[in-house]
Amino acid sequence: MTPTLLHQILDYANRADPYPIYEELRKTPVHHETDGAYVISTYYEIRSLLHDPRISSDARNVASGNADPPAESAPEESALPPSFLRLDPPEHDRLRRMTNRHFGPPHSPHRVDGMRPELHDIVGGLIDGLGDPGRIDLVEEFSYPFPVTVICRLLGVPREDEARFHTWADTLAASLDPDPDADPAERGKDAHEARMALGMYLAGLIEERRKNPGDDMLSQLATAKGQDGPMTTMELLSTAALLLIAGHETTVNLISNGMLTLLRHPEVLQRLRTEPRLAVPIVEELLRFEPPVQLLPGRTALADIEVRGVTIPEGSALWLVLASGNRDPQRFENPDRFDPDRPDIQHLGLGSGIHSCFGAPVARLEAQLALAELARRLENPRLLDDPPEYRQNAVLRGPRHLRIACDGIRP
Amino acid sequence: MVGDGVLEQLKREGRIVVVGASLAGLRAAETLRAMGFAGSLTMIGDEPCEPYDRPPLSKGVLLGRARAERTALPRLRSVDATWRLGVPATGLDMAAKRVRLADGDEVPYDRLLIATGVRARPWPREEEAELDGVFVLRTRDEAAALARRLDEGPHRVLVIGGGFAGSEVASACRERGIPVTVAERGAAPLVGALGGVVAAVAAGLQREHGVDLRCGVMVTALEGDASGRVRAAHLSDGSTVETDVVVVSLGALRNTEWLYGSGLGAGPRGIACDAGCRAFDIRGIVTDDIYAAGDVARCPHPLFGYQFLSLEHWGNAVAQAGIAAHNMVSESVDRLPHMDVPAFWSSQFGVNIKSVGVPSMGTEILISQGSLDSRRFVGVYGYQGRVIGAVSFDHGRWLPFYQELIERTAPFPPQFPTVDRHAGGQRPVDADFPDPSVPSHGPTVTLSGYSPADRRMTFTPAH
Ligand SMILES: Cc1cc2nc3c(=O)[nH]c(=O)nc-3n(C[C@H](O)[C@H](O)[C@H](O)COP(=O)(O)OP(=O)(O)OC[C@H]3O[C@@H](n4cnc5c(N)ncnc54)[C@H](O)[C@@H]3O)c2cc1C
Ligand code: HEM
Repeated sequence: MTPTLLHQILDYANRADPYPIYEELRKTPVHHETDGAYVISTYYEIRSLLHDPRISSDARNVASGNADPPAESAPEESALPPSFLRLDPPEHDRLRRMTNRHFGPPHSPHRVDGMRPELHDIVGGLIDGLGDPGRIDLVEEFSYPFPVTVICRLLGVPREDEARFHTWADTLAASLDPDPDADPAERGKDAHEARMALGMYLAGLIEERRKNPGDDMLSQLATAKGQDGPMTTMELLSTAALLLIAGHETTVNLISNGMLTLLRHPEVLQRLRTEPRLAVPIVEELLRFEPPVQLLPGRTALADIEVRGVTIPEGSALWLVLASGNRDPQRFENPDRFDPDRPDIQHLGLGSGIHSCFGAPVARLEAQLALAELARRLENPRLLDDPPEYRQNAVLRGPRHLRIACDGIRP
Repeated sequence: MVGDGVLEQLKREGRIVVVGASLAGLRAAETLRAMGFAGSLTMIGDEPCEPYDRPPLSKGVLLGRARAERTALPRLRSVDATWRLGVPATGLDMAAKRVRLADGDEVPYDRLLIATGVRARPWPREEEAELDGVFVLRTRDEAAALARRLDEGPHRVLVIGGGFAGSEVASACRERGIPVTVAERGAAPLVGALGGVVAAVAAGLQREHGVDLRCGVMVTALEGDASGRVRAAHLSDGSTVETDVVVVSLGALRNTEWLYGSGLGAGPRGIACDAGCRAFDIRGIVTDDIYAAGDVARCPHPLFGYQFLSLEHWGNAVAQAGIAAHNMVSESVDRLPHMDVPAFWSSQFGVNIKSVGVPSMGTEILISQGSLDSRRFVGVYGYQGRVIGAVSFDHGRWLPFYQELIERTAPFPPQFPTVDRHAGGQRPVDADFPDPSVPSHGPTVTLSGYSPADRRMTFTPAH
């Protein structure tokens, strides 16, 4: 056991390829450093703990001191409001159920699929708008703006306000990605202001939608009178912010990691060009192979729990390293091979259990459409930097820039 | 024992026959091909259509959301088989290794898989069962006919038997605004499968959704009008229910009659087989060329005291089919045991019900998460100090954890705090299963003693 494994995960030097460290980590499936979190790195153990009712996601249960990962690697601590992501049942279940009523089956089975044409248009518009084909930054010009636009449409943010929304989202995202040269206090202040502005804006929009409801999600959440009663304005605010934040950086990274991986596997990219339906298994394999959420650092044991013969004492903090479980050779044959033809790609990339990704249907659809269209329209695309420059963030890992060149853009 | 060469030859040019072309039969055929079986494969099924899926028949199909004809099972790979559909198998000659068909044909085999499943138990009085408007629900045609009748907007549907299937039918009727009466012999719906504590919740759910629920009664007679249409049912408490559609949901009968006299260990409880799905003969000796899978099979299960378990569960049919197929073309040392923990789901009245393990073996229950009042909970069943099963109402995402407790034979009652409650203060109560001598309707799990050849039932709790 190397006492520095955790620091190696967080060390920026390892951002481009953290997988050898995970391999090292899996030699001790339950890895503990004095005064630190218990780090779980093998597939079956992570999956078990995600279904274990003795594991809390509630931020209020996080034991002080030993629980928090080093500040800059725990962005969600500060970035996410106390939304259902950081609540336990029954509050979690109630809020998630109420939100889902206007999002997915059984009550709203067509919401996501109904967005397909609109998403297709957004993707088309972004590709049309790409600048000089010889020098494209796919992150800035494509992956980044796409998910925010989608969330705006989902929530029902008026088109004319979308630009402001993008600005706030960018500021918040930057706060998740500390630039070592920038002044931390300054950045914190910017993020705080962006959060305030976003909150005020949403509060106003909710007010407006209560009076003049449309068929968007925010209107429906604001006017709902289901069996669980209405959501309070505060609950609504934190839920809307959760959808924005949880669905932003993650989707950006899925698309960027996706293009990066496809450019490194040109034979798969070529197949996708002629066989758009391959996008479905490709996205699943990407969620396994390069998951945008590398680890879940915010969980606490409510009791002594035995995992692989190690007793994790009550009150301990847990890190569940999803990206490592996804490469566990006990679970996947040739885990380090990117292979969309795998017969059974059941990955941990979207979590599992009651907190499993709420936005999964949107995330999948976004990534499938984006990758299929990029594959179809970019002529002879190639990487300009490999590896690309990564963001600081070790948890929500992905390239800061993805510079590519192509010969032209097909209509 | 099959020598190396013999097995290779079997895989290359052997003849495998599957009787019962439904879920278990199809999945077994697919596994055989995936395992590299290149010989001839014959699928014999008495239904005229290609394999289809049954769970939607009592859910989407009755709601009019899915058409009965559109329930074909997805094909996971090509099976390249000779299909003999619309012809029942009528006999088995174990010595000559032949299956006899109703049309007089005989089909020789080197390996045989029996997956003939179960059929709906009919209303016992034939002339009443034949009244227009009296239905059972097992096949696609039956579902289509019932769905058509529901489309016509009947005045009232009577469901006889409040097991899972009957309750799902009642749920579909209510969702369509059709008045429905459920008559259940036990104290509450689902009591046989889940016990009285949970059944009380199911009863509340039904009543809240406007079901006219009558428990502790039996339907004694169905009455038709002059044109032969059902018009009323008479109940053991002296009351009468006027109804124009009756759905008889009294559980299932194993399709084993065609094997009687063949020497195979097949009877009303199913076909006894070992943990590797090899069928026993009536002497209790395991055969080496005949396998069984799905609803028709009964297998000893190590987690449940090696009692023979008959399961009418979709997931079990798939898992057993995979094991049987694998073992049919493997050396004895490479054979696998069927050890999956039983799992079942049902959706009714807007609630997603799931179970793992064998709740009906439990004597006590503890509500470990959620609450009965909210109708969202996990209940854990205990038997002789260990966890034996669990059920969830709208809490299905936790069940893998309870499945692990069952697999580890964890002690009961479990003593730990969970995310929604603090430690202590929870006590198990009597799970309140009915006396096995007073059967209720529609079991989905049956335990039937230790002896493979025993045609008599030795231990059959809760149904
Ligand atoms: C309405 C309904 C709803 C259900 N809902 C659920 C649910 O929600 N969850 C769940 O876990 N399970 C459910 N089930 C149970 C599940 O469908 C069964 O467990 C599954 O179908 C079993 O598959 P099988 O292949 O073993 O048997 P079957 O599907 O019964 O197939 C047996 C086949 O063999 C044929 N056959 C019989 N005798 C002969 C013969 N002599 N010769 C040739 N062919 C023969 C039969 O006609 C049939 O086609 C439901 C079942 C029904 C009917
Ligand atoms: C590729 C993109 C995405 C990835 C990889 C991803 C990943 C995840 C993961 C791993 C979790 C589990 C967190 C935990 O267990 O603590 C999660 C939760 C969540 N995700 Fe996503 N996500 C993505 C996109 C989205 C989108 C687009 C949305 C919104 C539309 C969204 C909304 C949520 C919400 C609300 C939760 C909290 C669920 C709960 O606590 O019940 N996600 N996501």
